[in-house]
Amino acid sequence: MKVLVPVKRVVDYNVKIRVKADNTGVDLANVKMSMNPFDEISVEEAIRLKEAGKATEVVVVSIGPAQAAETIRTALAMGADRGILIKTDEEVQPLAVAKLLKGVVDEEQPGLVIVGKQAIDDDSNQTGQMLSALLGWGQATFASKVVIGDGSAEVTREVDGGLETLSLKLPAIVTSDLRLNEPRYASLPNIMKAKKKPLAEKAPADYGVDIAPRLKTLKVEEPPKRSAGIKVPDVATLVEKLKTEAGVL
Amino acid sequence: MTEMPVFDPLLREVPSPYYTPAHREFRATIRRWVDEHVAPFVEQWDEAGTFPRELYGKAAEIGLIGMGFPEEYGGIEGTDLFHMIVATEELARAGSGGLIASLMSHSIGAPPIAALGSDELKARVLPGILSGEKISALAITEPSGGSDVANLRTTARLDGDHYVVDGEKVFITSGIRADYVTTAVRTGGKGFGGISLLLIETDRPGITRTPLKKMGWWMSDTAAIHFDGVRVPAANLVGPENAGFLGIVRNFNGERIGLAAGANAFARVALEEAIDWARQRQTFGKRLADHQVIRHKIVDMAQRIQATQCMLENLAWRVEQGDAPIAEICMLKNQATLTMEFCAREAMQILGGAGYMRGVKTERIYREVRVNAIGGGSEEIMRDLAARQLGL
Repeated sequence: MKVLVPVKRVVDYNVKIRVKADNTGVDLANVKMSMNPFDEISVEEAIRLKEAGKATEVVVVSIGPAQAAETIRTALAMGADRGILIKTDEEVQPLAVAKLLKGVVDEEQPGLVIVGKQAIDDDSNQTGQMLSALLGWGQATFASKVVIGDGSAEVTREVDGGLETLSLKLPAIVTSDLRLNEPRYASLPNIMKAKKKPLAEKAPADYGVDIAPRLKTLKVEEPPKRSAGIKVPDVATLVEKLKTEAGVL
Repeated sequence: MTEMPVFDPLLREVPSPYYTPAHREFRATIRRWVDEHVAPFVEQWDEAGTFPRELYGKAAEIGLIGMGFPEEYGGIEGTDLFHMIVATEELARAGSGGLIASLMSHSIGAPPIAALGSDELKARVLPGILSGEKISALAITEPSGGSDVANLRTTARLDGDHYVVDGEKVFITSGIRADYVTTAVRTGGKGFGGISLLLIETDRPGITRTPLKKMGWWMSDTAAIHFDGVRVPAANLVGPENAGFLGIVRNFNGERIGLAAGANAFARVALEEAIDWARQRQTFGKRLADHQVIRHKIVDMAQRIQATQCMLENLAWRVEQGDAPIAEICMLKNQATLTMEFCAREAMQILGGAGYMRGVKTERIYREVRVNAIGGGSEEIMRDLAARQLGL
């Protein structure tokens, strides 16, 4: 079984985000970009399936500018087998991503697609679900455990109040949650080997997909600054303030 | 989330002709590894005067130990000085030079074996060293002198198919824990033409090792090693007899670039710590960082660090092109250790009383300034060598 893992290049989670002065977006100049953490988890899961003999090949795909190839190389250094870069400098929104991924799925015929539940830049949480709808495949979102059986998968999800287990027929879409696994290091020997792994370059037009944005960004703003708290002398004052000022009691 | 560090080469990807995506990837890997396996334990290890031996194996797993050694013995080919710079900078972030000195002691002990050793010797010792199972050290300095290599006194006399080694080495990093010591010995007449390199396994009879207490580098093991009639197989000779001097000096350029990278990285750690503190600490109704005297100190530190970094990267690049800028590398080492000295001092002044307390990186870095300015060629030796190279 082939496993397909889409990966997105995003601002590293350690970077303190700055909004551009003209409110059109986020300042990306000289900022470290990394693989979306949920995608790292997806890559790790796919590699573990391969190591367990459940998968035969792990293919990673990224959609974005030329530098997205570096994100693919990271996945290859972790242990994925080959990569596909669908190169574009345009903004690609979740629906366009899902359509392009459908094109890749049609071509590659994977038995399983593991998608990060969301990307930490736009937090859309849509791509996996849209891809599932476009393909007409089953989906299990927010996976915290994946067990592959014979032609089926059992996926555990963390839901309010406990765990939910879904059984679904393969091929299927799984979106990964934080606790699915802990991704491995890309060690130096594997970073060096990853340079030699195959990476195919494509364009959105190769899949006949119109990636023009359907959504328009009006304004990007910093969240409001949190104002300083106050100290109260005793419990009575606290209860009083919660009643009168905070209005929560 | 705290403020962004001002000079973090991982999070601030400034354009550079020297670093490829693979270098940056390696930096991210070591950053994570250091945060997980080193940084939380540095205090404890330094106070204990040692760190767990398992760390060598863990370091080997992510590629720290094998860099630059042949693949057939477990090394990683295709790396360059910039991988070494990246590794040094990231290890330095934990704030302990002693850790780097011991954990990476093979980077001075093993290159002569890889470059000059027989195939049999390489196959016998390199796989163990490069997998982190065995520890390799280099022993040159003697009680009678360090930089004056040509006059070293430890002798190795051929007796059948063995050498018999007598003498003493001091200030040997990893000396206590090392399994293999690449040792400079006198096999011939006076001067540099009578020196050979001999690999000595430390479990041989006649070896006595004494731990040495130091001003800094506490977690690094440093030893005096006494050789009393130690019999070593002639097959352990590294390179031709009486040609050891070349084996010793051929590694100097790389070692000094590494030392400079470390010293400047520690200067940067001290600066970052000082900036963090200056942004938090309130005095006379405003942040320390708002006082002009402190702001100027910070910029003076940053200016020297940036200058040193430019020199470091440029010289590393020249060496990668096959150039041997010996005089410039000597100057670089001094530039870097003087920068570290200046920044340790200024950061300590900014941190004030807090900086004088153990548990602060700057406190440890301050104590480690001198070993950088003396080890691997003292500032005075560096100036002398540079002056000679300039033909003065």
